[in-house]
Amino acid sequence: MPEIAPLRTPGDVISEVVDDAVRHSLLVRVTHWLNSFVFLALVVSGAAILLAHPRLYWGETGAFGSPAWIELPLPLNLYQTGWGRSLHFLAAWISVLNGSIYVLSGIASRRFSDDSRKYTMSQRWAYLAVVFVLFPLMIATGLAMSPAIAALLPGLVSSLGGHQSSRTIHFLVTDVLLLFVFGHVAMVYLSGFRSRIRGMILGRPGRMETKERL
Amino acid sequence: MNRSIPRRTFVQTVLGAAVAAGSGVAALLAGRYGLVPPDHGGVLGIGHTLTFGAQRLLLRKQPLAREFDRAQISTNFPALNTTLPEDPDYQRDMKQGFRDWRLIVDGLVARPVELSLADIRGFPSRTQITQHVCEYGWSAIAEWTGVPLSLVLNAAGVQPQARYVFFNCVDGWWDSLDMADAWHPQTLLAYSMNGQDLPVAHGAPVRLRVERQLGYKHLKYITAITVTDTAREWGKGQGSEGAEHGYSWYAGI
Repeated sequence: MPEIAPLRTPGDVISEVVDDAVRHSLLVRVTHWLNSFVFLALVVSGAAILLAHPRLYWGETGAFGSPAWIELPLPLNLYQTGWGRSLHFLAAWISVLNGSIYVLSGIASRRFSDDSRKYTMSQRWAYLAVVFVLFPLMIATGLAMSPAIAALLPGLVSSLGGHQSSRTIHFLVTDVLLLFVFGHVAMVYLSGFRSRIRGMILGRPGRMETKERL
Repeated sequence: MNRSIPRRTFVQTVLGAAVAAGSGVAALLAGRYGLVPPDHGGVLGIGHTLTFGAQRLLLRKQPLAREFDRAQISTNFPALNTTLPEDPDYQRDMKQGFRDWRLIVDGLVARPVELSLADIRGFPSRTQITQHVCEYGWSAIAEWTGVPLSLVLNAAGVQPQARYVFFNCVDGWWDSLDMADAWHPQTLLAYSMNGQDLPVAHGAPVRLRVERQLGYKHLKYITAITVTDTAREWGKGQGSEGAEHGYSWYAGI
């Protein structure tokens, strides 16, 4: 896009950024892209783990030979869970540490309450639900599937409806998060892809996106 | 502070040194208190180490795995991997009701022993109804009876420098536990499943139950138990044959 020199007359307000949603602090930008990267790793490795038993149950137990709550139309593959599990848990550690830094800094800087003028109500609710409901639910259901954590926190497993229920909820919340990601990326695309991506990388609107009010 | 050094450089240097020193101290303490798994190497080993170290700290009071009611026992309990060992000695023992079968206990113990199935049944037993969680994703509940591994280890007299208990199986598979799981009261050498003799498909005559880890640590067809102070001398030194196929040595998650 060619840069057009603005016409100016004395007393005009110049270079006022109309779209201030593209201003993000360094911490938000770093945690956002790290989160994007580990979320992708979690989805890919999670799918690799799921293929070893693409059936979901409700309650404590379930296995081949027992009725499933949902039989997923996916191919059975028993040979991707070694690296799948190892990558999943490494990415989960990074995701939890990264997410904790994001949430704590957001609370300290009052970002979660001050962002109200940048986003619509539905956007605010979607982001808050992802950060404060869906991500914690992923961590809780993930931990509940660990036999060691189940020994430490038996109440966590029973409150989620049992071991297999935790696994099923983990899968269903993944689907909701994937829907959120599709919606998020679609909105970024529709509201000016280059400007938004630039904002999330550089933290400021690019020169060509600066709208000047005359 | 020397005025010629820019403040930013000074702060970065001090922070960098603090992080490096902190990491060094953390690594030393982790090694000292057994928080580093034998398969800590490589990028994925970072995740194995974080999980093992964190869970060892969280579970330092040795909580028991959940136990269930008889009514919750699964009618359907799959048997995976080896379900009938080809070893001719095993086949002969099996036909004789494991009369001549022996379990070797050796390594860093005061009294290496060979135990018959009758010897193992002669120890005080423990019965527990627990959930078996397979790393593939299925799970099932069963009742297990066996001797707590700690009683067998104490009978052999474990030396203080012990760090791992290695297991050999008749199908050639091998694995190990750290002492925290080896001493845990629910870690059994199980010879009975749901009130019956342990079926061949489930690892007869004796299999391991290590209830706070995933299914692949519950070794079947155990033939020898060896106490060691290092994991280096077994295979590639990663603590288990599974680790050499990409499955983390510690399977608490």
